[in-house]
Amino acid sequence: MLYREAGQFKTNYVADQAIFPIRQDRIGMAIVLLFAWVIIPAFGTDYFLEIIMINFLFFSLAAIGLNILTGYTGLISLGTGGFMAVGAVASYKLAVIFPDLNIILVFLLSGLIAAAVGIVFGLPSLRIKGFYLAVATLAAQFFLDWLFLRFDWFTNSSTAIEGVPKTLFGFLVTGPDASPFAKYYVALGFVTVFALIAKNLVRSAIGRAWMAIRDMDIAAEIIGIRPLPTKLLAFAISAFYSGVAGSLMLFLFYDSAEPDLFDINLSFKVLFMVIIGGLGSILGSFMGAAFIVMIPILLTLAPDLLGLPISSDLAKHLEFMIFGALIIFFLIVEPNGLARLWQITKEKLRLWPFPY
Amino acid sequence: MTVKRFTLAAAVAAVAGTTALGGFLTTAHAEDGIYVPLLTYRTGAFADSGTPIANGMSDYFALLNKRDGGINGVKLVVEECETGYKTDVGVECYERTKTKGAVVYNPYSTGITNAIIPKTNGDKIPVLSMGYGLTPAADGNVFPWVFNLPTTYWSQASVFVKYVGDQEGGLDKLKGKTIGLIHLDHPYGKEPIPTLEALAETHGFDFVTYPVPPKTMQDQRSTWEKIDSDEPDWLFMWGWGAMNPTAVKGAVDVDFPMDRFIGVWWSGNESDVRDAGKKATGYLAGDFHGVGDGWPVFDALREHVIGKDGSQTPESMVGETLYNRGLFNAVVVGEAIRTAMGKYGDRPITGEEMRWGLENIVLDKARLDALGLAGFTNPINVTCADHEGSHPVYLKKWDGDKWEKSTDWIEPMKDVVRPLIEEEAAKIAAERGLATNACSS
Repeated sequence: MLYREAGQFKTNYVADQAIFPIRQDRIGMAIVLLFAWVIIPAFGTDYFLEIIMINFLFFSLAAIGLNILTGYTGLISLGTGGFMAVGAVASYKLAVIFPDLNIILVFLLSGLIAAAVGIVFGLPSLRIKGFYLAVATLAAQFFLDWLFLRFDWFTNSSTAIEGVPKTLFGFLVTGPDASPFAKYYVALGFVTVFALIAKNLVRSAIGRAWMAIRDMDIAAEIIGIRPLPTKLLAFAISAFYSGVAGSLMLFLFYDSAEPDLFDINLSFKVLFMVIIGGLGSILGSFMGAAFIVMIPILLTLAPDLLGLPISSDLAKHLEFMIFGALIIFFLIVEPNGLARLWQITKEKLRLWPFPY
Repeated sequence: MTVKRFTLAAAVAAVAGTTALGGFLTTAHAEDGIYVPLLTYRTGAFADSGTPIANGMSDYFALLNKRDGGINGVKLVVEECETGYKTDVGVECYERTKTKGAVVYNPYSTGITNAIIPKTNGDKIPVLSMGYGLTPAADGNVFPWVFNLPTTYWSQASVFVKYVGDQEGGLDKLKGKTIGLIHLDHPYGKEPIPTLEALAETHGFDFVTYPVPPKTMQDQRSTWEKIDSDEPDWLFMWGWGAMNPTAVKGAVDVDFPMDRFIGVWWSGNESDVRDAGKKATGYLAGDFHGVGDGWPVFDALREHVIGKDGSQTPESMVGETLYNRGLFNAVVVGEAIRTAMGKYGDRPITGEEMRWGLENIVLDKARLDALGLAGFTNPINVTCADHEGSHPVYLKKWDGDKWEKSTDWIEPMKDVVRPLIEEEAAKIAAERGLATNACSS
């Protein structure tokens, strides 16, 4: 009923190839965007904007990046944390060395630097696949970790890299004194634009080439897809997204971070987002990020909101247990991720309230 | 199918719940009291260190509330926020608690401290990082909201060199000697290196570092083989967590002379040496507060708090190094609140008033006596520019089953350390665009 497509005729190719071919999806998307751009900033508290939303937004971007590589191209990567570190360190260095550089350019250039690093570490992907590739990308993670800890040049010999204060259109948008409001809009702008780009990329010839490689690389080669450039492009774009996410993480969330914040655990965290959200789905990246970022916070706050008098460490242990159980539960119920769950919901809504 | 339907409902509820929470998370001010949030880590990889610190802090605040009815009649509202030593969780805790009227933060993690420091200028809530965090923050002109009293890593490094000079018969005898530093290969572990390098140049000793990567800190055999073949005359250690006991055992295994092995105050907990036991006899560590339970305040704690409802402290933990450090931290917070009340009146104070309290805190001999802590620490006298406040460090010696005070309070080489602090603070100020005249305006 709600998702009934009857009556929505497509009379030309443009309509048929539209990003959201069904009217309900377009309306839904408009509502989501209205919420994100107007309602949340208007009514959200600083805590909600900064801790929940910004946190969620940059992780969504990182998850989209990894999803392009792992979900669409089928190359398992454990190097996301390393690429995010490249983005963060690059944006810090760029902002310090070129104080007049526009902050948007700083983020984009750091993404490009991360992309270059991604290409280098993506080279082995031509020859190795699956777990072996995962180990090779693990090397990227450890190497980059080590590099930023070892060589003082990257951190200007201080213990932490900082988000340098920058203005955009006259507003202070980064650094510790910027309002969560301004920071939120920067994060949201980046995520909106790059999610749109990603969505269109995976619908294009490039995206189909990636999926062909994922589904069977020999067959893809036979029909004329060149594996090396395709795989390297996936690595480059994935690392670009991770790099930008890393810069956003430093400039909009932490303000000041030790380089070892970008360790292997971060890579795993993003990988879990992609797996729980749904491999090969842009929507899934958002859902996975929301799940991993928001549920623990919700669980931490729950005892307080319910007025349960339990100690903070017991609450933390409970959080771990419930969160772990939830992950297992969702993976058993729907191994293909939350995005697939949403798809099933849509199919059900199509027939509702008269299922057959 | 039913499971799936339930899952869908749960997912929808979770999304709705999270969104709705945004509304609830507004300012729930602490009712009638001074709100002191404690960022603790009783869980996670560093729980062994975090638990005694958390217990020491919360026990002392409980004592103030139960025995004295708070400070000057104003109750303390203490809330723990569990970080698990994770920086992102620490930032979440900070943002969640700051709107409730928090007066001070004690993060007990270099990562969380670094992440919070830039926010303090805007939020106007002081950070008290006792013996950790950002050393250049001792320059109050650049970091008006950060207090790292009573002393810093750099001061401590110079104290160690001074002690070594004493043992060798004068600083001029250091020429040609070798001092090694075994350290966690991490920003924290590398903290003393600039100071030690500067001192090596002035006094002509050789300075060698032995980095221990955090990932393999429980396997230090290759490091100790190298130390064994290099045979440095003295060895300092900057370690934390599981690195410490491993290093002490490593030193025992290669028969390194324990009385020439000196650990930072984070490498001087009982649990760091207990495994090695008698064999570690003679191992030295720096410290800035007393160890053991030989002060009247512990009798009061036993009478009012420990073993009673609300305290999580087992009897065996009382008087341990890290328990006492937590306790000392709470004493400083309590005294700063009392100082601030002296100026602003006996009511719940704000973060800004707390800063004044910390800047003007006086913990002299008379005050320490009154607190039941005579001789527990060297008198502290913070000023606006100097957020270290005290500086001296003493060394304690492990006698096989407990720590014993080994030296008197040793003054650091202020003429070397302070310029380094100001230079580094100026560098950070230039990078972040911070004002450098907080004390003259």
